[in-house]
Amino acid sequence: MPLDLVCPAGNLMSLKAAVDHGADAVYMGFRDNTNARAFPGLNFDEAQAAEGLRYAHDRGRRVLLALNTYPQPDNWPRWTQAIDSAARLGMDAVIVADAGLMRYAVKNHPRLRLHLSVQGSATSYEAINFYREHYGIQRAVLPRVLSLPQVENVVKNTEVEIELFGFGGLCVMVEGRCLLSSYCTGESPNSAGVCSPAKAVQWKETPTGLESRLNGVLLDRYGKDEKAGYPTLCKGRFEVAGETYYAIEEPTSLNTLDLLPEMLAMGIAAIKIEGRQRSPAYVAQVTRVWRAAIDAVKQNADGFKAMPGWHAELNKLSEGQSHTLGAYHRPWK
Amino acid sequence: MPNLAVPVPVSRLVARLPAQPPSLVFCLLANRVLWPALLQLDWQPLVGRRYAIRVKDLGLTFRFKVTPRGFAADGGAPELSISASARDFALLMSRREDPDTLFFSRRLVSEGDTELGLVVKNLLDALDPDAVLRRLPQPLAYAARRLMAG
Repeated sequence: MPLDLVCPAGNLMSLKAAVDHGADAVYMGFRDNTNARAFPGLNFDEAQAAEGLRYAHDRGRRVLLALNTYPQPDNWPRWTQAIDSAARLGMDAVIVADAGLMRYAVKNHPRLRLHLSVQGSATSYEAINFYREHYGIQRAVLPRVLSLPQVENVVKNTEVEIELFGFGGLCVMVEGRCLLSSYCTGESPNSAGVCSPAKAVQWKETPTGLESRLNGVLLDRYGKDEKAGYPTLCKGRFEVAGETYYAIEEPTSLNTLDLLPEMLAMGIAAIKIEGRQRSPAYVAQVTRVWRAAIDAVKQNADGFKAMPGWHAELNKLSEGQSHTLGAYHRPWK
Repeated sequence: MPNLAVPVPVSRLVARLPAQPPSLVFCLLANRVLWPALLQLDWQPLVGRRYAIRVKDLGLTFRFKVTPRGFAADGGAPELSISASARDFALLMSRREDPDTLFFSRRLVSEGDTELGLVVKNLLDALDPDAVLRRLPQPLAYAARRLMAG
């Protein structure tokens, strides 16, 4: 089916919220740095993953496991064990970025379905077809840097299913290759599993505003009524040549509700919602809105119009000041 | 002449009352309602740390620590302070509002140990509401379910 709704789950309650509110598939991670949301207290141990799978499968939905960080030589077995666990548990697919892990999966669990993670940073059909030929990947999640016509060009030239991000926080989107935060923390998000490790983050109310710091480096200072954002280096405000502004990236959220007819027409297989770090309340709210929108566009693509109520509900949940169509809608290439 | 001396444990308790009745009541309730549900989860990282919850509009502050046996009132300097209005705490507890949403919009303030804050947030998110509601007296559980249903 085109336009499958793929929703995030950081715990069992979120998984149930996603399934109950109409997700076609839910994606999760294990409780370690084998995935890119390695926050303390978040994610699933094997027993919880098994319970989540049972809950979803009983209701005809699928569960995907994110194994989207890059193993290092000294910890390689942790990632291969995660692949083994995924196969044993009966995950419907694993979302993988590292080619070595794909090779391991193909050799040891040939029936395990592979999705190429956004962290794999494949933006061209040539790259995606390479992964298809060598590892048999069935789906690729596209990095959030392509315009819609570029996405369409990819879709037309590959038999691999294409999944697009539809909603959630954005970053500088050098996905899978960003080392920015390691300059502050010494940890790369691609191997440690987070951009801003919680142990390195400080929040402090000061007379001049709410300050966020990463390992002592001032990221931002929010005025009294200013909306705050996640404490990541790429979304900080810095003084450059005497001016203080978002020197790298403004904190914004992606919201592509308005593009659903185009996405349906070009044969996008799935829409991904960002936010495994968010609560069951977020998952329930976002899933409800996107379920309604996807059902509406499938029923009548030509007459589709995003309801103002949907936008209002999604705006409330977002990080930063504004929503954007991201690169999908940019005129330049 | 009967012995009117108050037993030592009781007098100790009473001596503490004027200083921290809200914290004591909070811990009493939390131990009854929340603790059994927390025991189903990975609660150990909470132990031995000091917390403060401030309900800003009511001028109430609950100060406590978590021990291996549950919540205990404690006046020491908190390692994690969480502040919000009574309404926003109710929205959070009833799962009608997302903590990050409240944090972005500055309605929820978390100060102190960020890692501990995330542990607390993620534990509360992982709590099964039914496991908590089961511990409440019937009328309260009914009211809470009504609140959660919006």
